[in-house]
Amino acid sequence: MAYGRKKDYRNRSFIVGGIFLLVAVVYVSVLFYLQIVSDEYEQVAANNATFVNTLYPSRGLIYDRNGKLIVSNKPVYDVMLIMREMQGFDTLEFCNTLEITKAQFDERIAEIKDRKKNRSYSRFKPQMFMAQIPAEQYARLQEKLYRFPGVFVQNRVLREYAVPHAALAIGSIGEVNAKQMEEDEFYSAGDLKGQSGVERMYETYLRGEKGRQYLMRDVHGRIKGSFNDGKDDIAPVPGKNITLGLDIDLQQYGEELMQNKLGCIVALEPSSGEILSLVSSPSYDPSLLVGRERSANYAKLLADPQKPLFDRPMMAMYPPGSTFKLVMSALMQQENIITENTRFPCKNGYYYARGRRLGCHDHKSPINLQQAIRYSCNAYFCYCLKGMLDDNAGRYGSTKGAYDKWREYVMSFGFGHELGVDFPNEQAGFIMESSGYDRIYGKGSWKSATVISISIGQGEILATPMQIANLAAIVANKGSYHTPHIIKNIEGEGIPEKYKEIHHTMVDSVYFDVIHDGMFDAVTQGTASIGLIKGIDFCGKTGTAENPHGNDHSIFVAFAPKDNPKIALAVYVENGGFGAVWAVPIASLMIEKYLKGQIDPRRKWLEDYVLNGVIDPRKPEDREE
Amino acid sequence: MRRNINILKSLDWFAIAMYLLLVVCGWFAIYAATYDFETSELFSISGRPASQLVWIGCAFVLAVALLAIDSKFYSNIAYIFYALMIVLLIVTIFISPDIKGSHSWIRIGSFSIQPAEFAKYATALCLARMMSVSTFDIRRPGDFAKVMGVIFLPVLIIIAQSETGSALVFLSLLLMLYREGMNGLILVLGVLAAAFFIIVLRFNAPMPEDTAEAAAVLQNYGYVAAFSLASVVAGFFIRNYTHDDRLLKIYAALIAVLWIAGFITWYFLDKSFDLAYVALTALAAGFLLLFAWGVYKFRMAYMLIALFLAMSAGLCFSVDYAFDNILEPHQQIRIKVVLGLEDDPMGAGYNVRQSKIAIGSGGFTGKGFLNGTQTKLNYVPEQDTDFIFCTIGEERGFLGTSAFVILYLVFLLRLIYLAERQRSSFSRIYGYCVACIFFFHFAINIGMVIGLLPVIGIPLPFISYGGSSMWSFTLLLFTFLRLDANRMEVLQND
Repeated sequence: MAYGRKKDYRNRSFIVGGIFLLVAVVYVSVLFYLQIVSDEYEQVAANNATFVNTLYPSRGLIYDRNGKLIVSNKPVYDVMLIMREMQGFDTLEFCNTLEITKAQFDERIAEIKDRKKNRSYSRFKPQMFMAQIPAEQYARLQEKLYRFPGVFVQNRVLREYAVPHAALAIGSIGEVNAKQMEEDEFYSAGDLKGQSGVERMYETYLRGEKGRQYLMRDVHGRIKGSFNDGKDDIAPVPGKNITLGLDIDLQQYGEELMQNKLGCIVALEPSSGEILSLVSSPSYDPSLLVGRERSANYAKLLADPQKPLFDRPMMAMYPPGSTFKLVMSALMQQENIITENTRFPCKNGYYYARGRRLGCHDHKSPINLQQAIRYSCNAYFCYCLKGMLDDNAGRYGSTKGAYDKWREYVMSFGFGHELGVDFPNEQAGFIMESSGYDRIYGKGSWKSATVISISIGQGEILATPMQIANLAAIVANKGSYHTPHIIKNIEGEGIPEKYKEIHHTMVDSVYFDVIHDGMFDAVTQGTASIGLIKGIDFCGKTGTAENPHGNDHSIFVAFAPKDNPKIALAVYVENGGFGAVWAVPIASLMIEKYLKGQIDPRRKWLEDYVLNGVIDPRKPEDREE
Repeated sequence: MRRNINILKSLDWFAIAMYLLLVVCGWFAIYAATYDFETSELFSISGRPASQLVWIGCAFVLAVALLAIDSKFYSNIAYIFYALMIVLLIVTIFISPDIKGSHSWIRIGSFSIQPAEFAKYATALCLARMMSVSTFDIRRPGDFAKVMGVIFLPVLIIIAQSETGSALVFLSLLLMLYREGMNGLILVLGVLAAAFFIIVLRFNAPMPEDTAEAAAVLQNYGYVAAFSLASVVAGFFIRNYTHDDRLLKIYAALIAVLWIAGFITWYFLDKSFDLAYVALTALAAGFLLLFAWGVYKFRMAYMLIALFLAMSAGLCFSVDYAFDNILEPHQQIRIKVVLGLEDDPMGAGYNVRQSKIAIGSGGFTGKGFLNGTQTKLNYVPEQDTDFIFCTIGEERGFLGTSAFVILYLVFLLRLIYLAERQRSSFSRIYGYCVACIFFFHFAINIGMVIGLLPVIGIPLPFISYGGSSMWSFTLLLFTFLRLDANRMEVLQND
């Protein structure tokens, strides 16, 4: 079969070469697109292979007003291991170094490998073998680390407290939750953040600024050295140290005095508004809420029926009782309802309606203002309220107008609104608006007799211990105050402007001298004479907050010395009965401790009495036996 | 001695320089690909770069040895060598250990070699010998069948070894056959078959981003496009092979009328009407027309074009069946990934996605030698063998990759040039075999790495890590260079 002369297919070499060329052109075009036109791949590559290691700054330290370090950082060491790299591992030596048995080692390894318990287990990723080993063990381990491939030690920093006191004031730090991470992008999972007290309020200063270290990691997540020779790394900035107004010795003493009693002590420096001590009893050791034990202990504290986590100074609201007479004394003079010489009679009480009496205890009659404060006369202040709401109603337009004016005065003393203290969860207290009385009694159908109990700090008045302590400071300052605050100094920042500002009440300072005298008398010869301290002139006023659930709470406000006061405080003892029983001795001991540094041996008996005192919160009729 | 000097003089040093350049590029790429940031002592040669250096050294020895052998030797041993190779391939299936499902490696001591790599060489020599016989004519069916037998015998055995990638390489020899006179239609039909396969697969299936709603009313666009393509190609055939203008006009009119009618039905009457029926009807009408015309005119050409239409339709309808039943599941997925039918960046698409990221992140100038993060940190798998091009892409950027592609193209074109200058058809045919095999490896490997082609695991000659491939490609090339050096002497077998 003939196919003719073999043709010359030389030309086809160009077609074959053309195909080669075509493929090469297509590939170069695609490469041009991939490498130059599209930038998608570069970003993906960067995300793929670089790993940002966060460098944590050390948290700011906390000092007390005398420069004593109260909160510091304690490095702890967690032993981590990467399973995959544990080759040629000297298990016996490792166990000896960490002082564990081989059986414990095996058990722990089995736990790590158990994906049910350890869901994120990977042979390539660091696993926690042992948390928080002591520093000596860490030193020993570090020496021999080369013998344990795959093992490394991760440093973490926990809070350490110099004394087991001031837990609520200092607060605690804990891991951020999802909501906190959403609110502030500073935080990522596992970060620690101040969750209460000072740690929370001054978080932004204490936390410092995180650093960043750029590392490269391979497909298994293993770190393969630093990226770009560490040129892009950012060093962390340590948190700022802060100094508190708190006197940690006074704080400790206050907590000891309050042991086995419920209640609180708030002590302020009147001239600055700094909080000298903030005792909420029962108290607890702040180190309970640190590290691994935090959540278990927190749950325990939360379940305690005596509510150690309840920040009484800031959150408890009680009727102020007789301490409120100080406000009445001041504003009634300013409104010219009374003068310091005005006298009112008291026949074991005040008869505000036919056959209706607001009782008072036995004292001479009639009395002037100074005596009324000294004896804490109920009737005197009822007359005052009547004088303003009923007898002078025309001056204010109506009873309602008079009440509104009265309320305005009370509010200027820091009642009925949040003070702006640097603590979370501050409560506002409560002063009824006139419209509230209108609602209850009907418009125009109420007068002083209807609301008479507010004249002696009962009824529709609630105040926090912080507000009462602030009242003590106002009286000490003769009518003005700084918003109470615990901060004394932030490293390099001073204190927030709002704490430098002076607030004036609507009462002039001249009207406070008589109040001081009355309070001085109360301590020296009146209701609070048990608290007399030799060598210190101090002024005080007892109070009793009625408690429908048990014995009344005893309250005492005081400041000292009488001239140029250095400390003003409020003491609340729940179920403590009449003020003089517990609150007065505690306040006088606090004052003595703060002003003199120690307790006069002659008053040792009083100290022992308080320290050993136990108050059963139940009513007498509810007790067994 | 005189003879050796002659060989040195007549050797193509240009090709040898290209070879050396590629080998050096390859070694640096392997060094970079296996470089570990942690043990970053510069040029501490151990592990794979060191081994590769040994393979390269051996390859040089092999090259010198090949040049020393008398050029007649190659044609003399061609048949025996081919026969031995076939036996070795069969034996391999039985004695090879199972490496990832493949039975293609023979272990000799601590050494492994892959006979399939050398089968290309034997087949090339055998074809050259057979086709250079003066009475051989590829247009003669008997001779064509012999050639096909020589090519497809090793292909079948290698497929039996589960080394589909290596088997596909033999398809490149069709290009050589085309140069030697094989009817170009065979290539065209081959390309058309592949086009039908891809079109039907790609456009009939719902895309990953289609909603269920969209997928439900989906037109079989794959069939529409494939049938229309067949109809159009048949039109070209009518024009080029029958030169029957009257038929062409009738054919075109018939198709056009059917399409207009179908389109009107779809557009104005029923949107859910499947246009694939129109395309199929047009194709069937064309078939009937050509068949009737063929009977009427009593001419074979019409019948063959009618047959083409019928075969096209048959092929299109069997695509789904072939895809689901003939291909292995991993092959199906690789094809789907390339066609964009499967979006699976962590699974089957992982390799290609990571390799595109590595190359794409190289930018214009690249990240610099040893600075590639994607390849160094093991994001790209097989980075020193099949995906070695990634390292070049990431560290050398577009400058490096385009220079590399151009270098390779120049090398391939040089081989064609050398083949064309042979006086003996043995040398020319063998030269074309070498050029086509290198071209196929180059095209498939880089096409796979840049995501244009499905993942087919074949090495990039002279660049990828491995002794077997380095030696077999050196063997292929230097045998040809030896033949070329002798081109002025006897006309072999003529």
